Amino acid sequence: MEFFRNPNIDFLGKKWYFLAFSLVFSVAGIFSMLFWHGIPYGVDFRGGTLVYVKFAQTPNNNAIRDAMDRAGLRNARIQSYGAPGGNEVLIGVSEQETNEQALDRSKTQIIGALESNAPADKQDLNNSGLLTIKTFLLQKDPLRLGTDAEQKYTAQAQAIVDYRDKVKGGVLNSLDELKAAADPAVVASLSDGFFLSNFGVRNVEIVGPQVGAQLRKQAFLAAVYSLAGMLIYLAFRFEWIYGVAAVVTVFHDTLITVGAFSLLNKEISLTVIAAILTLIGYSNNDTIVVFDRIRENLKLMRRDKLSDIVNRSINQTLSRTILTAGLTFLTVLALYLFGGEVLKGFSLALVIGILIGTYSSIAIAAPILVAYQDWRSGRGKSAVTVPVKETARREKVKAKA
Amino acid sequence: MNKNLGWKLIVIAATLLFFLFGIFGIPEKWSGSGLLAALQNRIHLGLDLKGGTHLILQVQVNDAVNVDSDNAVERLKADLRARKINYTEISKPDPANDPDKVVLKGVPPESRSDLLSIVQDRLPEYNLTSGPDNTWTVSMKPQALADLKTRAVTQAIETIRNRIDQLGVSEPIIEEHGLGQYQILVQLPGVDDPARVKEIMQSTAMLEIRQSFGGPYPSEQAALQEKGGVLPPDQVLMPGRSVGTNSEDGGQTWYLISRASAVTGRDLRAADQSRDENGQPSVSFTLTGEGGRRFASFTGAHIGDNLAVVLDNKVQEVAVIKDQIHDSGVINGRFTEQQTKDLAMVLRSGALPAGIKYLEERTVGPSLGSDSIRAGVTAAVIGMLAVLIFMLIYYHAAGINADVALILNLIILLGFLGFSGATLTLPGIAGVILTVGMGVDSNVLIFERIREELRNGKTPPSAVEQGFAHAWITIVDTHVTTIVSAIILFIFGTGPVRGFAVTLSFGLFANLFTAVFVSRVIFDWLLSRKQRGEALSIG
Repeated sequence: MEFFRNPNIDFLGKKWYFLAFSLVFSVAGIFSMLFWHGIPYGVDFRGGTLVYVKFAQTPNNNAIRDAMDRAGLRNARIQSYGAPGGNEVLIGVSEQETNEQALDRSKTQIIGALESNAPADKQDLNNSGLLTIKTFLLQKDPLRLGTDAEQKYTAQAQAIVDYRDKVKGGVLNSLDELKAAADPAVVASLSDGFFLSNFGVRNVEIVGPQVGAQLRKQAFLAAVYSLAGMLIYLAFRFEWIYGVAAVVTVFHDTLITVGAFSLLNKEISLTVIAAILTLIGYSNNDTIVVFDRIRENLKLMRRDKLSDIVNRSINQTLSRTILTAGLTFLTVLALYLFGGEVLKGFSLALVIGILIGTYSSIAIAAPILVAYQDWRSGRGKSAVTVPVKETARREKVKAKA
Repeated sequence: MNKNLGWKLIVIAATLLFFLFGIFGIPEKWSGSGLLAALQNRIHLGLDLKGGTHLILQVQVNDAVNVDSDNAVERLKADLRARKINYTEISKPDPANDPDKVVLKGVPPESRSDLLSIVQDRLPEYNLTSGPDNTWTVSMKPQALADLKTRAVTQAIETIRNRIDQLGVSEPIIEEHGLGQYQILVQLPGVDDPARVKEIMQSTAMLEIRQSFGGPYPSEQAALQEKGGVLPPDQVLMPGRSVGTNSEDGGQTWYLISRASAVTGRDLRAADQSRDENGQPSVSFTLTGEGGRRFASFTGAHIGDNLAVVLDNKVQEVAVIKDQIHDSGVINGRFTEQQTKDLAMVLRSGALPAGIKYLEERTVGPSLGSDSIRAGVTAAVIGMLAVLIFMLIYYHAAGINADVALILNLIILLGFLGFSGATLTLPGIAGVILTVGMGVDSNVLIFERIREELRNGKTPPSAVEQGFAHAWITIVDTHVTTIVSAIILFIFGTGPVRGFAVTLSFGLFANLFTAVFVSRVIFDWLLSRKQRGEALSIG
């Protein structure tokens, strides 16, 4: 099976279309970042409090909002989350209300607001940790154990927590359900110290403003260092203009990917940055494949015009460019579709980035080489050559063959 | 089959066995569930997969500096008095931002050399600089200041580790975080309700026993009034009890307490939960030999006086010294059972050298963790199957070659995780999936090149030779760029993101072996079995 047999497309002849296409997307992204959604920093970079809650029944977002308003959290963000029917809601409070003097205050307020009709002297079993349950059992001693109580009650508490979290998805509807997991006497004693709310907290993220600023700086530096690393390595392996062309291309990919997040108003979290840094490395792969072929063809076709050589090289490598990107895209798509809510942003960045990265290695990187050559030859010099060292090595490979 | 090829096959088989051992170890049972248990034993899951709490906290190093410079002020005052040097004022102008800076005003010019020798001899870690109008500034030498701050962080890590160990949290991670930010990263697997742990970690637990000169007073003014408006230089006013918050008398009380302490928490040998003579929960403690001697001489000299138990600069308890006490005592303070348990524990673990502030808190409930594992594994299996099937369809027999290499790549990657003890996070699983997607790229590059060479009329052996030779350079270049990104990600990232960087870079390293070496050996083996001129199945 073969997708492309001897393609012969004049890619360089279409460079103005490519340029227009890239410009439209870059400019749209930049406009969105400047005037529309801004850069949609997630809680990692902005600071703030996010509480992910799973309810026993379909939650009523208006009722939740009312509860938050009553608790004094006026601008809380309330948003359904996850798969439909999962009954999950994200409750967020902005950075202004998250300060380092009392980092978890907003979280306590949110949970308190949701538990508003709780009995005063009891704790919420759906939101109690192992330690709390164990301490209660040790004090209560429902099994009348003399010795060995610590070990036994730790196991019972663990069984309760595991049943709640792994079997029931984090929310118990009634204490009786626990009879499937723990000793009946233990279950019976629980009602003395615990009640059941109609929700369980799945995930909490609290980032203070100081860490937010620090992470923003780090993410920016990491991107800059990655780009610099690419530039240096490619300049060393090829010639500096190849490095520049590759880095300009990757910058273009990054800009469009971040721009897409802004246009779609999807939050940029730490893992999205991880995806973007990976793209900085990966997008170069297709570009390197094309560059390698250009370098090889420069030796074989010394008389031809550079633009012909570049066109020929792109066509020769087209099938592998499409195949490699397509296969990676396939895995990334699996990740996007099946990888769960936590990785949605991450895999979205990869989905967008791989599409753009493949396009740009053909449409941006190669034309930059040719444009530079045209500019240089206007000044009477030849631009893109094969480094002497590299020629020698290639000859050796050939000789061996 | 030539001899060289035989050796290569042995190398591959050995690698396979070695990394399979890395994944499973020696399983107790050779059944599906036995293998799964062995796998879970070997591969460490990150907090985002097994649930737990991730905290970043910052040590308020200026606290430690303030303690040091307060001591310097006291020593300076005593020495100035001893040498009869006059001064009008000694103060710290900005303890919050410049905690090591002490300003001394009104020292007569003729005392200059005396002052210089005091600072040089008695405060070797401080510099003395002169300003206008007989003003002098005493501040810490930069190196000493940096050391003090670093020491505060190290000591805080030590103390926090002691406390967490006593809470029985398994496999916690406590380490310095970031550079020069005085931050500590704490990861507590299985803790999804961090409030109590945080409170215990945060309590400074600075215990001191001092002499009490009077109190309780209802307010600071009342205390001052009794002393005629001026406090004696060796006494300070301190607020009453804080830990036993269930105080019945309500309202704030004040005590007059000596500046110097007889013994401190550093002199403790042991502390335990106990009950006092009225059956109330209390904390008993025992002093070290050296601390016991000091305590004995203090109590011996002050029979009939009051002593005060001071915790974190709040007076817990005042008691009359009835007799000389040697090396043990009891702290009362209307505590609850839980409070005495916690207090004994933090006293045992030592005092924090400085306050701590929480900067970041993330809790992953175990229900989310297991959902994430399920989703991650589903995505990995689907992505992998899609790639394996595609390669078979597109490259026919050569596709089997690629698939074998890919599966071996995965085994090496997981085996590495098992051997190294690196943690597998959810982004780490994504890294595994990406390794599959990117790893197969190497095979594609090689196979496409082989096809091209075949089209140009080369014989299969020569096409294979050329295909690998040409693609090799490209593969190295592409891998280097991706791994460079991953390394930078590892340096800058934390937790889950690091897990991603680890799996991705190691997966790609392993890919160099599988896609190039293993794949080549398989081709060579196939070719060695073929007749000269027979075609190669590569789609």
